[in-house]
Parts: sequence; C-alpha cells; structure tokens
Amino acid sequence: MELTSPTYLAKVKVQTVQDYVLFCLQAVANLFRKPLYFVDMVRQADTIGVGSLPIVVLTGFFTGAVLALQASNTLERFGSITLVGQLVSTSMVRELGPVLTSLMVAGRNSSGMASELGSMVVTEQIDAMRALGTDPMKKLVTPRVVATVFMLFFLAIISDLVGLVGGLAIAKLLLRLDARQYWSNAWETLVFQDVFMGLIKPVIFGFIIATIGCFYGMNARGGTQGVGRATTQAMVAASVLILAMDLFVTRFLMATLSYR
Amino acid sequence: MSAPTLPLDSAAVTAKEDSTPVIVFEDVALAFDDNEVLRGVSFHLPRGDTKAVFGVAGSGKSLILKLALGLIRPDSGRIQVLGQDVTKMPEKELFQLRGRIGMVFQESALFDSLTVRENVAYRLMEEHGIYDEDIDRRVREALRFVELEHTLDLDPSELSGGMRRRVAIARAIITQPELLLYDSPTGGLDPVTSNTIIELIVKQRDVYKTSALMVTHRLQDAFTMATHQFDKQANRMVLLPPGQHCEVPMSFLILRDGKVIFDGDLHQLAHSEDEYIQEYIS
Repeated sequence: MELTSPTYLAKVKVQTVQDYVLFCLQAVANLFRKPLYFVDMVRQADTIGVGSLPIVVLTGFFTGAVLALQASNTLERFGSITLVGQLVSTSMVRELGPVLTSLMVAGRNSSGMASELGSMVVTEQIDAMRALGTDPMKKLVTPRVVATVFMLFFLAIISDLVGLVGGLAIAKLLLRLDARQYWSNAWETLVFQDVFMGLIKPVIFGFIIATIGCFYGMNARGGTQGVGRATTQAMVAASVLILAMDLFVTRFLMATLSYR
Repeated sequence: MSAPTLPLDSAAVTAKEDSTPVIVFEDVALAFDDNEVLRGVSFHLPRGDTKAVFGVAGSGKSLILKLALGLIRPDSGRIQVLGQDVTKMPEKELFQLRGRIGMVFQESALFDSLTVRENVAYRLMEEHGIYDEDIDRRVREALRFVELEHTLDLDPSELSGGMRRRVAIARAIITQPELLLYDSPTGGLDPVTSNTIIELIVKQRDVYKTSALMVTHRLQDAFTMATHQFDKQANRMVLLPPGQHCEVPMSFLILRDGKVIFDGDLHQLAHSEDEYIQEYIS
C-alpha cells in the first residue's frame, strides 16, 4: 500500500475546505442574480419538506415520549413529576427538535442530493447543462439550499409540537398527569431565548445539509462507485457538522442572549 | 428518411456567409497531474465544414470538444470559437457563447428527470421561461427531423440507445446553432442505427450548412460522410461519384501522443505516406 505524506493530506483537506467555502458563497451570491428558478425552489421544497414530514413527525413524537418517560423517573424521586411538561418543552424546543429533525433530514436529503447530483456529474448531465447555457450552481444548488433552509425551519416547529404531544401521551396515559397542567407547564416555561435558539438552529443546519449534499454531489468522481462514496461522505459530514455546529451555536447564543 | 424543414435562423445564415474559421486551436496543451494529454494541438475548422477527429482511446479527442465549449480550460495555448477567445473567457460570457453551439454527448447526457419534450425544449425554456405554442412547434419540428415525434412524452429511460442519441441531436439543433460538436455519436450503436445517425449529421451539414467537429473512432462513418451528400429532393443521403468527393466539406484530423499528426481531406488521407496513418486507415 502506498503511503501518503501528511503534508499532502493536510493540503488536500485545506483545499477541500476552501472549495466548500467558495461553493457556499457562490450558492448564496446566486440569490441576487437572475434567473432565480423559483419553480425549482418550490419543487425542491415539496421533495425536501413535504417528503420529510413523516419521518420528522415520527422522530419528534417518539423523542418527546421517551423524554417524558426518562424525566419522570428522575423527577419522581424529587416529588416533582408535574414538571415533566416543562422538561419536555425546553429540551424539545431548544435542542432535540432542531437537532434530531436536522439529522433525519440530513440522512434523507443530504445523501439524496449527493447521489442525484453525483449521478448527473458522472453521466455528463452537468456538462450538458453547462453546454446548454445553464449555470448548474444556479439551477441545481441554490434552489436546494433555499428550499432546505426554508422547509427545515417549519419542520423543526412541527417536530417540537409533535414532541410535546408525544410527551403528553406519556404524561396522560402512563404517568396519569393532568393534560391541562402539562400544557400550561410546557407553555409557561418557554422564554424568548428558547424559541429564538430553537428557530435559528434549523436555518443554520438546513444550510449545512443542502450545501454539503450538493458539494459532495457536484464533486463526485469515478463512476457509480464515486457516487456511492459521495453519498456516504455527504451524510456523515452533514451529521457531524450539525452536531459540532450545534455546540458552538448553543454556546454563542447562550452568551449573547443573556441566558438565564 | 423524410426531411422536414427546420426553420433557419436568419442570424445563423448571415454568420455562415462569414469566412473566418469557427474553431481555431493554437498550440493547446493540457495535462492531468503528470499525464500530458494534449501537447501543442493546433488546427482550424473553416465555416460550413465538418471535421472528424480520430485517435486511439485516451488520446484526448473528447477533451478537444470540451475545450472548445469552455467546459475545461487548457494549461497553455489559445482557443478561438466563433471569433471569441474562450481560453480566458469568464463563465458568464461562456454561457452566452454556448447558446450558439450545439453539443451531442457520448452517452447522450439527456436529463433523466425530464421527458423527451422537456429535454429538447430545455434551451428554449431557459430563454423564454414558459412552454408556449411556438416552443411546442419547434420541439416537434426538431423531433420530426430525427424521426422521433412520437416519443414526445416518453422518459429517456424508455428509449433505446440509438433513439437517445437522436433525441440528443434534436436537443442540440433546436436553436439552429452555428456550430455542432458531436462526441462519438455512433459509439456503441448497431450499423443500421449508426447509419441513421450519420445520415442526420450529413443532412445537418448539407441542408443547413452547419459547421461541425465530430469525434469518432469509427472510420467507416467518416468515410461515409466524406463520400455522400444529402439529396434534398430524394430526402436521403446519396453516394457521390469518386471525382466529386473533394466537393464535400469534410476533413479529417488524427491525434497521436497528444499531437496532431494529420489534418486534411479524404484524398490527402488516402494518399498519406505516414506508416501509422496507413495502418490506422487500413
């Protein structure tokens, strides 16, 4: 096996990061240049948003439910089982709703974008598009980025709500708590900072999902094997970046929003 | 084969009267890592002519087409297409230039998420935004030209290899470009289908006088093109008497080791004394 020099490896990694940053800048800059491909944006919003709805609803429901179940065990020891709603609500809105929704959408769409665009690259469809006078970045990448950012925002809200319903199901059916008490607890505990944090995260994660998926797809090389590799890499990279970025965004928002 | 009329763009007609070459390659070199694929390629394609590019696999034939389209940039040298230097042209300006060029890719490169109708109409849709009656008429004309009008609403996956190639030709000619680039248009096709494709290319050359650069590894296709002419009255390709072969606007270019070793017409090719060329054409 041929050994690769660490310097060369480092250069390749730095080059990839540089290419990714330029790719992102171009995707955003295209928003301010005609044509905008609005129809493609709507079509992508349908595929990405509506198509992801079932998995987001299921994930949200079961996460909320298991959160209530786990919390009840600890809260019961302190005689505070009535606070289940509060715990489910803050956990879902601040953290689990946006992050889990993003991870599910990344699994479904980041890899989907990478495989779709990668297939287009290896079958020369991207070259054909350029030959026909269309900028593939404008036609394929920017609509996917806009659609993912837009739809993930709403998917995260749906996930939060369904998570609360999942928590309610456990609270009512297993813990025998009053539904009204659960809701008022869940509602009253939320402050502006919680909601803001829960809504800013999907926007950032949506951008990561779409740009990573498109970046790996547009840079796929080496036939069907290359497309498979790009698909896996896109999903892994998007998931890791979402989790890493979550930490930094949370820390940043906690510091800047004068969090309690 | 029927020959329905495809309206000629007046701009294209005017352009054809221009005598400047449509493609000029000057000492073009291109390498991928340590692999030098093209090492100082120079040639020109006169307006209205068709040039067949030959060479063994990996000799850089398809790269010449991609370089001419500006899809990739050369390491050195200069490329002029339709009077414009594409070597350093920004991508935005290249998109405008590509609007005057049609390209048929090796594996057709039809958009598999679009129907045949949408594929053929793609360029017009990009220009006009909506699919109106005028676009529909032009799509049908282009598909009639390749005898595939009945495939309008089919997906590319439902077509045979030869049909896909013909749809790709329809997509390339719908705007009546000044220059057509064919990348192995008959590669992997049976002899009957290959002949149909060659007849379409000859028809485009002789009826609409479109300049073309055709990459191929099938000598017999290029020889057919050099010895036949499209008869508009008979609506088919006819064999010319031997004395009239020079009247056909057809030339040959052979690449070897990244360099042009032959650039001339059929007569010059047949009488070349170069051993490699003699062996190649035999």
